[in-house]
Amino acid sequence: MVALQILTDGFAISSLYALGAVGFTLIFGVSGVLNLSHGSIMVVAALIGWYAAGDVGLGTYLGSLVGVTAAVVTAYLTYFVVVRPIQRSRTISHEETEIFVLTGTLLWGIMIQVGMAYLFSDNPVTMRPLIAGVTDVFNVRTPTNEILVAAMCWLVIGLLWLFVNRTDAGKAMQAASINPRGLTLLGYNLSHIYWLVWGIYGVLAGIAGVLLASFLGTGTNNAGQLTASAFSIVVLGGLGSVSGSLVAAYLVGYLETATAYLIAPTLRPIPALILLVIVVYARPQGLLGRR
Amino acid sequence: MRSLLKSRIFWIMVASAVVAALLPAWLSPYMLGVLTSAYYFGVFAMSWDLLFGFAGEVNFGPTFLIGLGAYSAAILNNEFHAPILLCLLAAAATALVGGVLLAVPALRLRGPYFGLVTLVAVLLLQNAIVIFAHFTGGEIGMTVFSVLSIDATINYYYALGFLLVCATLLTLLANSALGLILQASGQDALEASVLGFNVTKHKIAAFCVSAILSGLAGAMLIFYMGAASVGTVIDISIGVQVIIATILGGRRTIIGAAFGAVVLIVATEFLRPLGQLNTFVVSAVALAVILLLPDGVLGVALRTGERQ
Repeated sequence: MVALQILTDGFAISSLYALGAVGFTLIFGVSGVLNLSHGSIMVVAALIGWYAAGDVGLGTYLGSLVGVTAAVVTAYLTYFVVVRPIQRSRTISHEETEIFVLTGTLLWGIMIQVGMAYLFSDNPVTMRPLIAGVTDVFNVRTPTNEILVAAMCWLVIGLLWLFVNRTDAGKAMQAASINPRGLTLLGYNLSHIYWLVWGIYGVLAGIAGVLLASFLGTGTNNAGQLTASAFSIVVLGGLGSVSGSLVAAYLVGYLETATAYLIAPTLRPIPALILLVIVVYARPQGLLGRR
Repeated sequence: MRSLLKSRIFWIMVASAVVAALLPAWLSPYMLGVLTSAYYFGVFAMSWDLLFGFAGEVNFGPTFLIGLGAYSAAILNNEFHAPILLCLLAAAATALVGGVLLAVPALRLRGPYFGLVTLVAVLLLQNAIVIFAHFTGGEIGMTVFSVLSIDATINYYYALGFLLVCATLLTLLANSALGLILQASGQDALEASVLGFNVTKHKIAAFCVSAILSGLAGAMLIFYMGAASVGTVIDISIGVQVIIATILGGRRTIIGAAFGAVVLIVATEFLRPLGQLNTFVVSAVALAVILLLPDGVLGVALRTGERQ
């Protein structure tokens, strides 16, 4: 019985982790950026979506759309205000760009987090579920919304897969992650691809944020934790490997759920953290990472 | 040229030390208190700069080392009523072990991977403190049995003296052969080892020095405040402040980090009326410094002199 409960409950949270981590790994794969303001962007989508849905009165669906749009705008701001100036700076030597992008996006994330807390207070918010009601899954009473959240995550990931593998723009994006210079030689404009990839990233982070708000609820205080779990999942799976991130998301999601059910809810994050340290020591490229 | 640069840093240090030593004559005990914690923070930032600016290691968890030192001193003092000096020694020893634990992955992993491990180290330490709340006071924190002094001026001089000793030590170290080899291995480890330098040995040495000073400073801070808590010595936001301070002042300058810390803590104190937006302003200024003056304020000043 408990096993089934862990299985259903863990599935939804794992799917959400997967969606959050896919955007993070995509942006790293294509433009080499580890975006430490990731969690803050998710929280922007959640809070603005919640505000538009409730206080403005647009309803859950339109509100979610507004939230996702806000995340896309924030993602572009992150790229044009923070990431691109650092990448193009003449005074920052090439070897140090990575460190500066990490520090810059970290500070940017804190600014977003504190700014949102100022505007909306730091109380966690919960959006109204997209669907009300309860469904029995293997005799476990599960909110229908939880099933919908998991399904939406997989729908979005599936659409992303189709886009990357079946369209010209997607294939160009893949090429940019393998050899940007080669792509430029073929006459593609790299800056268009970066526009595209940051837009997609914003959509992914936004949807993850809105779904998180409707499933568990979230607030500005979660921003750091959200970044940390996306970062851990992506490193665990292998930086830049989308399938690795998916596997790692389920590993972490189920490990956390099992710990919470079987040992104690307070110990929830610990086994995943220890697993991460072990994997990073023993196999730095991650579970399915390429070198 | 090098000797001029050296002496320039030296004269800046002497001038600021004299000014700082005279300050208690004018400042209120309250402002002295602010500066006292700022000086300990300065040591955090300088030891972080040794790892980041020189060894090129992105350590997102300076508070892992600080917290280890602070909590081992606090527990020893509380459980066994050990004298402060012994507690400080224990703090340095524990932090040293922590430093070696961090150095092992640092030698194997590239930038972002190592950064993540240090972040995880802080989270694990924080969780451990909550789990062993019986000894550590958990999320609430613990008061310590002894304090350095109850007089603001004496505490101020303790902190200032400690800061000056650490600054001198680290500046000498940074300008010695060790500092140069560290810089070389931080920027291109392969080339440095091809030139015949033992990168491993030098990096471990840097981690040990940084850990001992961070741990000591953490322990001194809690014996000044009379309490240790996750929020004051371990929380990730404290680590972020250490990073901001170093970058503001100028990485790879050592004393720039100390100046950055003092400016940051004093500015935070003056921006207090802004309430929540306080952190926003501080982060925005730090981000602007990263984008416009990546070498930091002192770094720019020193490097302009170098070019003339």
